[in-house]
Amino acid sequence: MTDPASAAGGAAVTEHASDFVSAAEQASATSNKPRSLAQDAWYDLRRRPLFVIAGALILLILLMAAFPTLFTSVDPTYAELSRARQGPSADAWFGYDAQGADIYARTIHGARASVVVGVLATLLTVLIGGTMGVIAGYAGGWVDGLLSRIADVFFGLPFVLGAIVILTSFRAAGGNKPVAIVGIVVFSLAILSWPVTMRIMRSAAISAKQQDYVKAARALGAKPSRIILRHMLPNSAAPVLVYATIALGSFIGAEATLSFLGLGLRSPVVSWGVMISDSGTWIRVAPHLLLFPAGFLVITVLAFVMLGDAVREALDPKMR
Amino acid sequence: MGRYILRRLLQLIPVLIGTTFLIYFLVWSLPGDPFAGKCGDRPCPDAYINAMREKFNLNDSIFVQYGKYMLNVLQGNFGETFNGIQVGERIALAFPVTLKLAVVALVVEALIGLTAGILTGLRGRGFLDNLVLVSTLFLISLPTFVTGFVLQILLGLEWGIIKPTVQSGAPWSQLIVPGFVLGSLSMAYVTRLTRTAIAENKRADYVRTATAKGLTQRRIVGVHLLRNSAIPVITFLGTDLGALMGGAIITEGIFDIKGIGNLVYRAVLSKEGVMATGVITLLVLVYLLMNLIVDLLYAVLDPRIRYD
Amino acid sequence: MSTVDIEGAGERAGGDLLTTEHLLEVKDLYVEFHTRDGVAKVLNGVSYHLDAGETLAVLGESGSGKSVTAQTIMGILDMPPGVIAGGNVYFHGEELLSASAQRRRELRASGIAMVFQDALSALNPVFTVGFQIEEQLRMRRGMSRRDARKRAVELLELVKIPNAARRVRQYPHEFSGGMRQRAMIAMSLALDPEVLIADEPTTALDVTVQAQIMDLLKEIQVDRRMGMILITHDLGVVAEVADRIAVMYAGRIVEQADAASLYRNPGHPYTLALLDSLPRLDQRGQTLNTIKGLPPSLLNIPSGCPFNPRCTRAQDVCRTEVPAAVEIGLGRLSRCHFAEEVVSGG
Repeated sequence: MTDPASAAGGAAVTEHASDFVSAAEQASATSNKPRSLAQDAWYDLRRRPLFVIAGALILLILLMAAFPTLFTSVDPTYAELSRARQGPSADAWFGYDAQGADIYARTIHGARASVVVGVLATLLTVLIGGTMGVIAGYAGGWVDGLLSRIADVFFGLPFVLGAIVILTSFRAAGGNKPVAIVGIVVFSLAILSWPVTMRIMRSAAISAKQQDYVKAARALGAKPSRIILRHMLPNSAAPVLVYATIALGSFIGAEATLSFLGLGLRSPVVSWGVMISDSGTWIRVAPHLLLFPAGFLVITVLAFVMLGDAVREALDPKMR
Repeated sequence: MGRYILRRLLQLIPVLIGTTFLIYFLVWSLPGDPFAGKCGDRPCPDAYINAMREKFNLNDSIFVQYGKYMLNVLQGNFGETFNGIQVGERIALAFPVTLKLAVVALVVEALIGLTAGILTGLRGRGFLDNLVLVSTLFLISLPTFVTGFVLQILLGLEWGIIKPTVQSGAPWSQLIVPGFVLGSLSMAYVTRLTRTAIAENKRADYVRTATAKGLTQRRIVGVHLLRNSAIPVITFLGTDLGALMGGAIITEGIFDIKGIGNLVYRAVLSKEGVMATGVITLLVLVYLLMNLIVDLLYAVLDPRIRYD
Repeated sequence: MSTVDIEGAGERAGGDLLTTEHLLEVKDLYVEFHTRDGVAKVLNGVSYHLDAGETLAVLGESGSGKSVTAQTIMGILDMPPGVIAGGNVYFHGEELLSASAQRRRELRASGIAMVFQDALSALNPVFTVGFQIEEQLRMRRGMSRRDARKRAVELLELVKIPNAARRVRQYPHEFSGGMRQRAMIAMSLALDPEVLIADEPTTALDVTVQAQIMDLLKEIQVDRRMGMILITHDLGVVAEVADRIAVMYAGRIVEQADAASLYRNPGHPYTLALLDSLPRLDQRGQTLNTIKGLPPSLLNIPSGCPFNPRCTRAQDVCRTEVPAAVEIGLGRLSRCHFAEEVVSGG
C-alpha cells in the first residue's frame, strides 16, 4: 500500500468516529442483558467467518515472527552461490534466492522484521496521534486550533515522497545496526501517519466531551486527567482500534514498498520487503524469488485488513 | 457562500506555509553532506563549496533560505540544480505526463468503483456483494508494486497484450494499465464508499417519501438516491487526484514513465536538493489546491453546508 | 347484544344497500416482521374503513401498528423483513395487495397520498422544495416546467406559506418546522389525491404550531372532500378534527367509535386509561394518572387479550381468551370481554 493514511478513509472511521462514541454509551441500554460494548463486540466477532479466518492467520504469523525456529531449522543467512536461483524442490520448498540462500527460511525469518515494523509503527502512530488528538479535543479553543493546523501540515506531505526524503537523509546517519535500521523506518512511518489517528481521536474526544456523563464529571470537579483517562479514552477506543488493525496491515505493506524502493530495511535485516526488492531484476527467469515473499506479504496484510473490517462491523453503531 | 470561500482560503495559507517549510527543512536541513559525490570520487574543493553555498543561500539561516526560495517559486522560478539544469524546465516536461497518468487512474477508479458500489449498495447482502467486498479487501492489501509487477509480467511479458513499458510521450492508450495499477487501491475505497453511502441512503426517510409520491424506481435511485450518495464519493475522488500524483513514483518506476515521480525519486537519491524540493513543493501546492476545490465542490453539492 | 363481527354493521344501520363500497377499506390485515430474534406479529386482524369527506383518527402508542397499517395501504412497507400474512385493502372496491406494482405506483399520491412525521428528514435535503413538488407534476402529469412551477407556487399559497414565489426556490433546511410541514402537505396534494394519510403530522412540532397545522389539514380536507386518516398517539390533537376514532393496541383495533361517543363514553379499558391519563386543569395538585407497565413486545404478545397485564379490570377469561368484537352502539365496536360494563360506566 502506498498510503496508510487513506486506510482510515476506507474504513470510514474518521467521519463517523463520533458515532462510535455515542453508541458505546448506549450499548448496554439497548440489549436485554446488560453487556458492555466490548462484550457485545466479542460475541458478534466470534461468529463472523472473516474474523475467525483472519484471526487464525494472524496468530500463525505472529508465531512465525516470534519463534521462527518452530517452522524451519535452516539458517536464513547461509548462502551457497552454486545454488543460486534454483526453483522449489524437496530440499528447499521455496527454492533458493539470488545469493543461494534458502527462500523458505528467509521468508519465515522475514516475518519478524515485517511484523515488528508494523506493530511498532502502529503503536507509535496511535501514541503520538492519540495523545495530540485527545488534548486537542478536550482542550478546544486555540490549543485545538494550533494542534489541528500542525496536523494539517503533516497531512499535506505526500506519504511516499515524505518517506523518501526522511529515509534518505537519515539512513547514512544510522549506520548498519539492525535496531537503527528498523527504528528509522518505524519513525518515518509514524511521523507521516500520526495526523490520521489525531483526527480520529480528536473527533471521538469532542463527541465524548459532549456526552452527559462527562459534563457530570466536570460538574463534580473531577480533574481533567481523570476525566480523560476514565471517561473519554475507553469510549474513544473503538474507532482507533479499527484504524489500528487496518493500519498495521498497511504499514507492513508500506515497509515492503519502501524496501522495494531501496530505502526501507536492508541487510543484515531480513524482511519480505527486502526479499521482494532483491528479486526485482530476476523476475523473468526466477519468479519464485518474488512469488513467495510477496505471497506471504499479501496474505498477512489481507489478514489484518480483514480483521480490521470485521472489528469495524462488530463495533459499527449502525448495526446495533 | 463568498464568506465560506474566504474562510477556507485563509485556513489554507498557514497550512501551505507550514507544509512547504517542512519540506524545505527536511530536504536541506537534515544530516548529510549535500555535496557528496558531486565532484567525482574526491571531496569537492573549498572554492567550489563556498561558491555553491553562496549560490544556494546555504549560509543563511534555514528560515531565510526558505523565504528566499518561496519568493522565487511564487514567481515561477524553481531554481537550478547543482549542475545548472533548470528545475522548472524539467518539471514542465514531466508534470503533464504524471497528470495524464493520474487522470487515467481517476477515470478508471471512478468508473469501476462507482458501478460496483452502486450495484452492491442497491442489492444488499448476497453473492455479488460478498464477491465485491472480498475483492476490495484484496485490492487494499496488495501493495502497488506487487500489482504493478504482476500485471506487467502477465499482460506485458507473458501474454503480450500491452507493452511492458510506456513510451516517452506517454500516449493515453498505453497509460490504461499503469493507470489501473495506480488507482487500484483507491478503486477499492471508492467501491466501499459508494456502497456504504447507497446502502445507508436507501433507508432514508426521503426515499420513502419519494416512493410514496409514486415516482418510478429509476427516478428514485437515479435522481434522489444518487445525488445524496454522490457527495462523499465525489469529495474523495477530488482529493484523490492530488494523492495519486504524489504516489505515482512506484507505478512510474515499474512502467518506466517519465513523470515527476521518477524525477523526484532520482533527485532525492542523488541528493539534488533543489529538484526534490521543487517537485515536492509543487505537488503539495496541487494537493492543497485540490482540497480547496473539493471543499467548494462540497458546498455546491450539499446546500446545507453553504450557510455554515 | 351478541358478540358479532360487525363489518357491515355501519352500512346496515345507516339503511344503505349492502353493496355500498367505502372509499378505502382495510379488511382483516395480518402483517408480520421476520427478525433475527423471531417473528413479530405487528398487525393482527386490523379492519377499518374510510369514506369521502370524513376524518378517521387512528390512535395508539408506539408499536401499536398504526403506521404499519398506513404503510401497507400505501405499499411502502419494507418487504423483507415485513411479510403480509393475510387480509385485503380496497380502494374504490379495487383490491390493492394483489394488484401489480405498476398499478400500486399509479395510485400513490394521485389516489392515496401520505404526509410524514418529520419533514426535515422526509424531504430530500439537496433539492429545493419547488423541485420536489414539481417533479410529480412533470413526471406523472407531463406538465411543462413553467406550468409545474406555477402550480407549485399555488400549492404553497394554499397551505398558507407567505412569500411562496421565493420559498419555492429554497431548500428544506431553510424552512422552520411548521412551514416545512406545510410544504410537505402541499407536496402531498399536488396530484389531487382522494385520500390523505397523515402519519403523526404534528408530533415534531410546537404545541401552538400543532393547532395551526391541524386546522389547515381540516380545512383542506373539507375543501376537497378528501378522506383523511390521521395517525397519532395524542388524544388531545384529535378531538376537534376526527369524525371517527379507531384505537389500536398490539396490532389490533380495540375500539372503534365516532369521536363524540368515544370521548364521552369510552368502551374499552385501554381507551378509558388513555383518557384518564390526559392532564386536566381541574386536577391541579394531584399526581398524573399513568397506565402501568409497557406495551407488549410484538415477538411475544400475551395470550388472551393483549392488554390484560396492564388492565385494572383483568379477569381470568382475559388471560385465556382473545376477545372478539362486540357491538356496543351504533357503529361502535369494542374488543373487550367486559365492553358493556365499561361503556355503561361500570
